[in-house]
Amino acid sequence: MSRKEMDARAREQLVHIAHGWYDQMRDGLVPFIRLPTRTKQNIEYNDESEVWTYGEKESMRSANSEKSAIHLLKMAYVIGFLKQQLAEGRSSTLRELYYISEGWKRAKFGAQDESNRLIEDLEILTDLQREAFHLRPEEDGAAIFGPLQIRESTQRGVREIHCQENVGEAGYPIPNNVDTLDFIDHDAKFVIAIETGGMYARLMENGFDEEYGAILVNLKGQPARSTRRVLRRLNEAMDLPVVVFTDGDPWSYRIYASVAYGSIKSAHMSERLATPQAQFIGVQPSDISDYNLPSDKLTEQDVAALKSELTDPRFATDYWREQINLQLEMKLKSEQQAFASRGLDFVTKEYLPNRLSEMGII
Amino acid sequence: MVIAEDLAKQQRSISVAEFFEKNKHLLGFDSPTRGIITTVKEAVDNALDACEEAEVLPDIFVAIRKTNSDVYRITVEDNGPGIVPKNVPYVFGKLLYGSRFHQIRQSRGQQGIGISAAVLYAQLTTGVPALVISRTGADVRAHRFELMIKTETNEPDILVDEEIDWDRTHGTRIEIEFKSTLAAKKKLLEYLRYTAVVNPHARITADIDGEITVFERVSSEVPPCPKAILPHPHGIEFGALKRIAATNSDTLDEFLVNCFSRVGRKTADEILGLAQIKPRRKAKTLDSDELKRLLEAMQQVKIPAPPAQQCLSPISEDLIRKGLEKEVQLDFIKARTRPSAVFSGHSFIIEAAIGYGGKLPAEGSAQILRFANRVPLLYQQGACAITNCISQVNWKSYGLSQQGLPVGPALIMVHVASTNVPFTSESKDAIASIPEIEREIILVLQELGRELKAYINRRDRNKLQDDRARAICSIIPEIARKVSDIVELPLVDTSPIEGKIMRKLVAKKRTCDGKVSIDVHNYTARELVFTLYNLSRDSASDAVPKPDFVDDFDGEYNKVWKCRLEPGTVWQVTYSGTGDGSIDLRGVEDNVKVVVDLDV
Repeated sequence: MSRKEMDARAREQLVHIAHGWYDQMRDGLVPFIRLPTRTKQNIEYNDESEVWTYGEKESMRSANSEKSAIHLLKMAYVIGFLKQQLAEGRSSTLRELYYISEGWKRAKFGAQDESNRLIEDLEILTDLQREAFHLRPEEDGAAIFGPLQIRESTQRGVREIHCQENVGEAGYPIPNNVDTLDFIDHDAKFVIAIETGGMYARLMENGFDEEYGAILVNLKGQPARSTRRVLRRLNEAMDLPVVVFTDGDPWSYRIYASVAYGSIKSAHMSERLATPQAQFIGVQPSDISDYNLPSDKLTEQDVAALKSELTDPRFATDYWREQINLQLEMKLKSEQQAFASRGLDFVTKEYLPNRLSEMGII
Repeated sequence: MVIAEDLAKQQRSISVAEFFEKNKHLLGFDSPTRGIITTVKEAVDNALDACEEAEVLPDIFVAIRKTNSDVYRITVEDNGPGIVPKNVPYVFGKLLYGSRFHQIRQSRGQQGIGISAAVLYAQLTTGVPALVISRTGADVRAHRFELMIKTETNEPDILVDEEIDWDRTHGTRIEIEFKSTLAAKKKLLEYLRYTAVVNPHARITADIDGEITVFERVSSEVPPCPKAILPHPHGIEFGALKRIAATNSDTLDEFLVNCFSRVGRKTADEILGLAQIKPRRKAKTLDSDELKRLLEAMQQVKIPAPPAQQCLSPISEDLIRKGLEKEVQLDFIKARTRPSAVFSGHSFIIEAAIGYGGKLPAEGSAQILRFANRVPLLYQQGACAITNCISQVNWKSYGLSQQGLPVGPALIMVHVASTNVPFTSESKDAIASIPEIEREIILVLQELGRELKAYINRRDRNKLQDDRARAICSIIPEIARKVSDIVELPLVDTSPIEGKIMRKLVAKKRTCDGKVSIDVHNYTARELVFTLYNLSRDSASDAVPKPDFVDDFDGEYNKVWKCRLEPGTVWQVTYSGTGDGSIDLRGVEDNVKVVVDLDV
């Protein structure tokens, strides 16, 4: 789809929402919208796409109380703003949108969380991503290093880049809008997505990418949408297995879950963003005892997070139940860098090759 | 055996004054700060009791002045009936001397300890004698006493007794000086304020170190003075029965009828039949065994409750409400007086009130006001049956949060009126857990809780309605403007939504480009006649239509339009102006009208 067609579609979808309200009011109805309930209780596994998406539960927001009316008013203002932005061929960041609302009197946002959430609502209602509304996230995308050749259409023309040969130590930074990206060729066997920059640098320094034909992706913590989208495309279009390498604590498991199953906040995007085939490589709670890794005690919040994961439908597998219960028993957590206690090369020479062959990837 | 004899030399009886000198805390003199409050409380209680007995509207003056670094002079003066000169030394200079101990009726003071304990405390800390002035009527002169207490014998020590001129025609004044501090000033004012709440017929003027506070009366009726009644057969104990029987010369059937309340011939016969004692026996001839049988029979026979109306004086729902409203600003107040009830033969009445909102703090536990026989209880809240009952009620079901005690902008007042208030100690700070009393307190709190719940629901409903009105009359039109703009279609008319939802008379004021417009929609099904008031700095000289009436004061114009509006029609006025000020619709019931100021 061309850029122009995409803009036209976004405009049409947004105006469609306003049209619904217009018709409701013309018929003497108080304007309202319906949205799926966005909670852990309302996400369901979709057998066909193998990802978790919102279930049947819906909430209705009708302008018959002051609070809800203001909510619809804000949404109307945002739609008006986005329509204008699309018409003028401009773009803005989520943060900028929040500040723009300063001039909207009663429709002004109280905090950026609120405007971010409203944009997610619009994504759900229009079945489009916010990039389609010309809204950019402000954070950097993650970085890629490895035997992969890509073509990016940038604002300064089309660039072809090889992610080992044409990039520096930091790798190729993933742009916010990955629809401008084409994968041309690769010489890889699998993709390894890494939680921390430290471990990403370790694998690069040890030449793990060359030795095993690995594409390294630095997630930089909870991965941005564009990073998740790239992982999915590498898996789907290039047919590359994806493994996720994180710390061994409950928050890191959620990073894995958002890559593999989709996040609760963006479950409406799961079919585009999640990589159901992505596998967890470590640090597994069992590794802590198996390799006698240096560890920290679980905090109260860690324990609560683990317990909450036991009720999270995304973790409802034998593997995760076993690992989480094991960790609750041990009351310990370890970082990925803890492998360094057995030598700087241990992770690339021993742990990862062992795990990868166990998992049938190499 | 030498030891016992040595011990015997040390053994001697102690006077009640000596006992309390050593056990000041039992009377509420455990600290110098508390001493002031206890002294004022005892003197004010006595003054109120005396005024009620004489059917005089109490006018009480309380002064606390520092005389030197740590000595305070406490003065309490009343316009009561005064005390006859020969009794003054006993009332103030002897512990356990009083008129109310032997009487069965509601009164503030009971044992006659309080004020003499203050005199004792004064002579203990400063050695300054108490000064008492009393006058019993216009035709006699006032007496001025300087008094102390002989602790070893618990007898008054009169240092001065002289006749003087006094400007009051009747009343009593006491001045006591002792070492203290004014650290508890807030608590003292609290005590006086709460006293004023439950004695709305009293005027209390306080002069604390030159700072004057007046608690004005809101009722000019003296509450009827409770009358003493005879003991009830269910409330009597063996010792008391033995004592009154021993001094009685009646036959038993007459003795029972004459010396007990609610006992008639028939009941007396029933008691004596059960006790198997002959009715013609003289009361004083009964031996211990027979008295025991008699007592047992008295407990077993069903006898009506003692005559509460006679011996108790509840404050009444109306006066509780007035008293509270005067001292605390509230949005909601409800008071209840329960029917009289009985525990161990003693009559009691529970009264309670619940207040909500107003200036009460929104955070923290509800304020609890405890009273016994019209006296505020300030200390040992946690040990009191009233507090215990308040925590036992499930306030969550009445719209208040609860953490043990209810939480939120609420005030709960409980008054226990009884011929015998069961305090946990002599300092009379807390009420003991008597099941009959607790049951009544819980019942009254539940009744009031339901009233509170109804109020909160009503308020929330009104708030919801206002909220809805605002949404429908001001936000939806704004949504409509924005939406029409986005879809590029003519402005959609939202008045049908207003009409459908509101079914009311809706007045809207809006200012745009220096033009103020007020329109009134009649969405009801009937013709309405109303008056529109618009108070603002705009003179509205170009108003169309012209106001029926304009009032100009201090640069503000009150413009009044009188209108008649058919159902489904609109009335509108416009004028040039800034749109400040307010609008109001009158002549229409509140539940039918909505006023929305879109400029706010």
